[in-house]
Amino acid sequence: MRREPPRTIADYTPLAFPAIMLIIFFVVPFSTMIAVSFFRRQQGGFYTPDFVIDNYGRFLSAFFGGVLGFSLMLAIMVAVICVAIAFPFTYLLTKTSRRVQIVWLVCLLSVLSLSEVIIGFAWSTLFSRTAGITNLLVAAGLMSEPQALLPGFGAVLTGMVYQALPYTILVLYPALVRLDPTLLEAARTLGASPLRGFINIIVPALRNTIVATLIMVFVFALGSYLLPQILGRPRHWTLSVLITDQAIYQSNMPFAAAMAVFLVLISLALVGLTLLVGGRREATA
Amino acid sequence: MKELHKTGVSRRKVLAAGMAGVGMLAMPSILRAQDRSLKVGVYGGYFKDSFDENIFPEFTKATGIAVESVAEPTGEAWLVQLEQAARAGQAPADLSMMSQTTTLKGQETELWTPLDPARIGNYDDLLEPFIAKYPDGLVAGIGAVAWYITLVSNTDVYPEAPDSWAALWDPANEDKLGLLALVSNSFLLEVTAKTFMGGTDALDTEEGQLKAFEKLAEVKPNVRLWYRDEAQFEQALKSGEIPMGQYYHDVTGLAAADGFPVRSTFPKEGGIQDSGNWVLSRASDKVEEAHIFIDYMSRPEIQSLMSRKVGTAPTLKRDKLDLTDKEFAAVSSEIDPIVPRYDLYTSKSDWLNQKWTEMIVG
Repeated sequence: MRREPPRTIADYTPLAFPAIMLIIFFVVPFSTMIAVSFFRRQQGGFYTPDFVIDNYGRFLSAFFGGVLGFSLMLAIMVAVICVAIAFPFTYLLTKTSRRVQIVWLVCLLSVLSLSEVIIGFAWSTLFSRTAGITNLLVAAGLMSEPQALLPGFGAVLTGMVYQALPYTILVLYPALVRLDPTLLEAARTLGASPLRGFINIIVPALRNTIVATLIMVFVFALGSYLLPQILGRPRHWTLSVLITDQAIYQSNMPFAAAMAVFLVLISLALVGLTLLVGGRREATA
Repeated sequence: MKELHKTGVSRRKVLAAGMAGVGMLAMPSILRAQDRSLKVGVYGGYFKDSFDENIFPEFTKATGIAVESVAEPTGEAWLVQLEQAARAGQAPADLSMMSQTTTLKGQETELWTPLDPARIGNYDDLLEPFIAKYPDGLVAGIGAVAWYITLVSNTDVYPEAPDSWAALWDPANEDKLGLLALVSNSFLLEVTAKTFMGGTDALDTEEGQLKAFEKLAEVKPNVRLWYRDEAQFEQALKSGEIPMGQYYHDVTGLAAADGFPVRSTFPKEGGIQDSGNWVLSRASDKVEEAHIFIDYMSRPEIQSLMSRKVGTAPTLKRDKLDLTDKEFAAVSSEIDPIVPRYDLYTSKSDWLNQKWTEMIVG
């Protein structure tokens, strides 16, 4: 089947519906946000339409730079850990029987039904001194007394990885299931060990999928604002937490919008950079 | 008329129904009694449950106005929602209970319909801090309830009750405190000023505010949790996970009554007194009902009822109430309270917020 390039306007009509949806649900809200980010803040009140750059000026400081840096670092770590766990897991999952796969996938989907709040509070209980998992270790004689594992960076990271992992697996699953098994068989007959075959054949073959998944988890983790509050100390609060503070608690919409626009631009730039680097490597390879 | 015959409804019945309809219109009071309703926003959770159970049914019985209670999130978030809705001509709640800071913020955009003091019977008996006024003297809000934020502790971990806010600074309490996360709801600057700087007047100048920030920063190593969500701290306090902090006197008293090992102490510097006003959204057309409601809520017997059932401090003068000394002590204290500097949170809110965030995050 050959694809004809569209010639008349009528050929473009199937695009109309997604285009309208994109305009309604992305272009309009995002443009509103950009507009608001230039509005003038009325202290103690709300905002008035205007064109000022104060909101961006306030953001450009070492303090917010540090928070932004931490948020990006956290999101990147979550993405890398998630893919590092999910990729081998999903690969092994595709090797199991259909029945086992279905059970696993249903369980993963049910984890998705948990809200961020439930995940946060569940982990805060699990990590607590009074009711947490360290009590089990004490009972098993591995620890002398129960300890609180939160608040801390490890707790935030665990919570966020837990939340993002099902998405990661579900994104990787279709690609891994469709992977041609003869690739690995060929490697094995040429004498590669299963591990070597996995690392040298499977991973490179799915490099684009892995990059796409990393980007998706990164963007997903960047928006997290509840888990850092519940499981972390203030220095583990992401930029999203501060945006929420400004928007909800300080009713400073212009500043919140400016921070959000900045966050979107930075993450778009990072995604672009990743694709650029990936694309160039592909060209030289 | 053909259709009428077809449906089998006799002309007599139609006439009778018509007569009844005219009768209803002629007696608007009956119609109104059925229609009259008011959407009232109160803080979700314990507050709303207590009001739904103890206060609103009494009001409906007394006035015939049905109350639909709306759970509101912490004041600031609700203010944003009300403001956005009012811009679209909507009122998610007619009346809302609003903290002092948010009442002031709403005044800046004239979000509140001015109230008429003449229609509130006990207006003259209200304590002075509980009447919020626009700069031109119009009444923006009337005190609904008052509450205290006090020093709370877990009785298993602290057999002796702490007696001063200075306990927050005690190095022995490292990593044991839960404090509110926002400058405008924790009022810790005022606590610092009252405890170490001779009173909240010390916050008049920027120099004084910076000094208070500096002193307050010393508390950071002791803080385990800066909470936005009350449930987060309440659980941890009950279990002893986070055994000390600042929290609401009324809710802590109830938890103690339920058998949890917690206590609320009025420190010698005083508890933090905060209060909620009834404010009417400008998008609401239930002005009449709102006044009836506020009038009812400001009656001495209702204020006493709220103190007994909800655990809030009354907004009326003490001598107008029939509370016993013991009942009064359960909801309030004779110790001079720390009254928040609400003025600062409107005039310098962004600066204070920035300094505060830098202090706790940095």
